[in-house]
Amino acid sequence: MAVGAVGAAALTVERFAHVMRPDSVCADTKLATVPSPLSTQGLTPTSLYDITHYNNFYEFGPGKDDPSRYAGSLKTRPWSVAVEGLVKNKKTFDIDALMKLRPLEDRVYRFRCVEAWSMVIPWVGYSLSEFIKQCDPLPSAKYVQFLSLDNPSEEPGIREVGLDWPYSEGLRMDEAMHPLTLLTFGLYGEVLPNQDGAPVRVVVPWKYGFKSAKSIVKVRFVDKQPHTTWNDMASNEYGFYSNVNPNVDHPRWSQKTERVIGAPIWKQRQPTLMFNGYADQVASLYQGMDLRKYY
Amino acid sequence: MPNRVVIALKVLVHIACLAPIAWLVVHLFESNLGPDPTHTVTFFTGRGTLRLLVITLAITPVRRLIPKLSWIIRFRRMLGLYAFFYCCLHLLTYVWLYAGFSLSEMVDDISQRKFITAGLAAWIMMVPLALTSTAWSIRKLGGKNWARLHWLTYLAAIAGVVHYWWGVKQGDRTPLEITVVLCIVLAARPVLAWVRS
Repeated sequence: MAVGAVGAAALTVERFAHVMRPDSVCADTKLATVPSPLSTQGLTPTSLYDITHYNNFYEFGPGKDDPSRYAGSLKTRPWSVAVEGLVKNKKTFDIDALMKLRPLEDRVYRFRCVEAWSMVIPWVGYSLSEFIKQCDPLPSAKYVQFLSLDNPSEEPGIREVGLDWPYSEGLRMDEAMHPLTLLTFGLYGEVLPNQDGAPVRVVVPWKYGFKSAKSIVKVRFVDKQPHTTWNDMASNEYGFYSNVNPNVDHPRWSQKTERVIGAPIWKQRQPTLMFNGYADQVASLYQGMDLRKYY
Repeated sequence: MPNRVVIALKVLVHIACLAPIAWLVVHLFESNLGPDPTHTVTFFTGRGTLRLLVITLAITPVRRLIPKLSWIIRFRRMLGLYAFFYCCLHLLTYVWLYAGFSLSEMVDDISQRKFITAGLAAWIMMVPLALTSTAWSIRKLGGKNWARLHWLTYLAAIAGVVHYWWGVKQGDRTPLEITVVLCIVLAARPVLAWVRS
């Protein structure tokens, strides 16, 4: 029995050993960037180590450390983004051309996960609206759907996790056109590490993190609300809107507060802000909507 | 089994049960529990509780299967008490790091969130087990009553595993391992009884 207990103890220690192991970061390519007035002021960014070692990216597995371990197998070149649906002409953008479409801006945003933890991330990119203008959507387009790469040979989590692949996310057109919504190519002044959604993702800073689709290969303009992965999985837990809202709890935990990643354990809790602190900029998008119903 | 050996083994079990906690405390003070230390401590103490509970429950079937190992009964109480100790640490993690010692937060959680209700139920069931773990209690209650009361261990373990499943997101299968082991331990008694009959 002692052996069993020792074994259990050893297993427990081993289970967390990798969390502490320093690891190299994949990205090493500097990007030329310009400052942006849309960057959030007065925030201290989370460490690059934590941003790259605490990820939800189920294509590489359900564990927070799975993406940093397994995302090395993702090939980000060649890469293209196909634009289809309600557009004048279908188009395909090569990733390198896409990165040169507009000057890349440094944008520090709060990042709030639906699981009640948060980071501050210095993203690099330009407003998604700039890209959407290049897509020439038809007036009938009311929503944008983002589809992520679905390639089990590069993404080992796809076979392991019981989600409906490819990962699908979506925004209402006015949300997608909002200047804060970022088409993102990098963080900390360098190209996106694979585990953070390389080579291109969106970032919607006032919504829970899962709304910000990663490793995007397809952008589809549609007239009806598109299906979205976590909403399909558990619609009572993950709404289509999923705006950060301290007054609407997740069924399994309160959203009033959040755990700050990288903070010491006794200082980890902080209050969650309405629309993640971007209420002044985005609250008008939801005027007259019951945010309890459209969570 | 000679007394000397049992005592030496007990010391080992104490070390095995306390070493992870020492490890946790050292790393906690060094701020070295990963990016989300609250989460790390929560799962560390929660998984520890379930593992110890399952080991405790495995003692009787192992003794029935291998009569030579009958002496391991002498470890059951301490393992059960360590399970309760881990469970208390797990509860403290919640009360301190999640609810911030706020009673209204806790009442909200207990009334609205079934995974917290299940977890609390498991802890509550373990309280009388810990309180009646002394030889004096066995004498006082009478062996039969005492044994009947301690059937609660099974319920506590089941409630704990249910709490684990309800607490993780859909599609997360990490509670599967401990669930399978618990099912084996739960099935072992009736199966062994049936085989012998």
